[in-house]
Amino acid sequence: MSSDNNKPGGAGASNFRLPTRRQLLIGTAALGAAAMLPRSAWAQAFPTSAVNTTGLAVTDTEVTVGILHSVTGTMAISETGSVQAEKLAIEQINAAGGVLGRQIKFIQEDGASDWPTFAEKAKKLLVNDKCASVMGCWTSASRKAVLPVFEQYNGMLYYPTFYEGLEQSKNVIYTGQEATQQIIAGLDWVVKEKGAKSFYLLGSDYIWPRTSNKIARKHIENFLKLKVVGEEYFPLGHTQFNSVINKLKLTKPDVIYAIIVGGSNVAFYKQLKAAGIDLTKQTLVTISVTEDEILGIGGENIVGAYACMKYFQSLDNPNNTAFVSEFKKKWGAETVIGDVTQAAYLGPWLWKLTVEKAGSFDVDKVAAASPGIEFKGAPEGYVRIHENHHLWSKTRVGLARLDGQYDVVYETADLMEPNPFPKGYQ
Amino acid sequence: MFMEYSLGDLGSIFAMQAFAGLILFSVYLLMALGLAIIFGQMNVINMAHGEFMILGAYMTYLCSHLFQSYAPGLYDSYFFVAMTVAFIVSGGLGLAVEWLLIRHLYSRPLDTLLATWGLSLIMQQTFRSVFGAREVGVELPAWMMGSLPVTGSIEVQINGLFVMVLTLFITGIVALLMFRSRWGLQVRAVLSNRVMAGAAGVNTQRVDRLTFGLGCGIAGIAGSAFTMIGSTGPTSGQLYIVDTFLVVVFGGAQSLLGTVFSALSISQSQSVMEFFMSGSMAKVITLLFVIGLLMLRPQGLFVLKIRK
Repeated sequence: MSSDNNKPGGAGASNFRLPTRRQLLIGTAALGAAAMLPRSAWAQAFPTSAVNTTGLAVTDTEVTVGILHSVTGTMAISETGSVQAEKLAIEQINAAGGVLGRQIKFIQEDGASDWPTFAEKAKKLLVNDKCASVMGCWTSASRKAVLPVFEQYNGMLYYPTFYEGLEQSKNVIYTGQEATQQIIAGLDWVVKEKGAKSFYLLGSDYIWPRTSNKIARKHIENFLKLKVVGEEYFPLGHTQFNSVINKLKLTKPDVIYAIIVGGSNVAFYKQLKAAGIDLTKQTLVTISVTEDEILGIGGENIVGAYACMKYFQSLDNPNNTAFVSEFKKKWGAETVIGDVTQAAYLGPWLWKLTVEKAGSFDVDKVAAASPGIEFKGAPEGYVRIHENHHLWSKTRVGLARLDGQYDVVYETADLMEPNPFPKGYQ
Repeated sequence: MFMEYSLGDLGSIFAMQAFAGLILFSVYLLMALGLAIIFGQMNVINMAHGEFMILGAYMTYLCSHLFQSYAPGLYDSYFFVAMTVAFIVSGGLGLAVEWLLIRHLYSRPLDTLLATWGLSLIMQQTFRSVFGAREVGVELPAWMMGSLPVTGSIEVQINGLFVMVLTLFITGIVALLMFRSRWGLQVRAVLSNRVMAGAAGVNTQRVDRLTFGLGCGIAGIAGSAFTMIGSTGPTSGQLYIVDTFLVVVFGGAQSLLGTVFSALSISQSQSVMEFFMSGSMAKVITLLFVIGLLMLRPQGLFVLKIRK
């Protein structure tokens, strides 16, 4: 990690209200050489009574955060990576001196793939454990379940998954992409690069694929003036795709746009291949298959497909090289890192930077200080928090390789602006 | 809905859809067979059926790795070994479960529902601890992927053909066992009247244990075969369980022939409707159709006449 980016610059000091000369001196000295000072120096510069006015679990040496994901049940497949990334980030932050001189201690709760359980555990983390922030949730359903809890008890949630948008809350920082960030640049690219004229939209039948395909359809029809030749949804867990594959063979779309999730994914790509649709010849774009999913699908079944994400494990930059090697060192050489895992890794870091900018753990101050927070050490490259609490980030297109990794074939020149309530797309 | 396609296209649609329906039929029948034997013959509602299938899938995964490392030359035929292993392991576990758990519950059929549901949770968590929470990719020999072109626009999928042949084979064996073997005679005797069969010298406990083991073993084979078309993860079994019960209940729980016809009618209607409307709607209409028929015929399509 390039840790120099993560130390607060003048920002931390500027948040003192009427600093005494002595405090300011200590402050600047501490900031200048934070790594070399004993940890207590930070805590002295930021006394607990000043940085924690709302009774959070903050002591002179420790601050407690929560991790709330499913480690049992059907979503454990997806959420395991996020838990690993968050633990790694916390460990690294602690090794670099913690947050305002305090070591992060985490309490992990299991949402058990059950949305009411998520809400209950969120309440426990906020009310009983007084967590200063919570990294957690994966599905939109679990986020919707905990949102009222976070708003009622004024907690701070860092949510890692790319999702459908149409939401914004003072109490949530969305570290994944909202739908337009994932979709629009990818569609523009495939039209320009492949000369695509017709699209077939597929998805699992729930809110994220439906909202995403709606945005895709509006963009294709209204902005690109091209054709959608079919749009179809399947129940979650659907395992028989032969009928739709026949339809694909008949309509021969230039691009198959697939937002199928979970176990269905595996069935879909295996049957596509068995039916003789070669993805190296038939263009397929997905926004739901990360390196994690390919483990189950098998690289040989999806080679040649394109994925639109903001992060791929194969990204070539120094931040990512360090991140990947640290991740594998901690969790084993066999592990892969998908888009959401990386976004989950951002959560603790963004929170640390925000707390240090605010000079306080208080949720209101953290929420207010969030817009404009920059993290240059992100594996995906520079990111910044928008006023709407989503991240500015680049959109990238990856080409699936036989070994289950992606080659990055395109990335947007600029950061894409998050727009959770896109006009003209609803 | 037909206007947008040409006549030739329509011809090949129906040919390919019919074939897709046949594949679906084989899949449904294969997954329902094990359950039909257990549910139909023993009145035990085995909620862990899906997990026995996934156990077979994991055995396939292990075999594929073993063959890759130790006998790459035989890799092309590993699948047959894997299916045998899946049958033995799932069947063996079935025997053990019958001995430890199910036999104490024969007089309380509803409790088997809870007990086997608990078993399914235990098995899921065991898979998760042993193989990891993530899905595993089962690699297949190259000859099993791809399709055979019949005409320009009609193609036949090899793995679909494979499942069809396998289903025919297993259904044939089960039918032989049930209706032509001494053991089958005993099973049917126990089914008609447990007490009388016992009095006539049939070892009902042994018959029950073997029936349960056989049902689980067939589930294992089904799971092994489904690695070709579906996912292998700790909770993948849940994907199949609803459809499986649907087929068995709709067919009439105690009739093997009923299971066959129910799988056929559900798969064909599902497959045809899926072509003309979305996957979700097709499912809804199939379910409505089944509910409607079950209201008219609560005992299912086919009923055995049994003196109660």
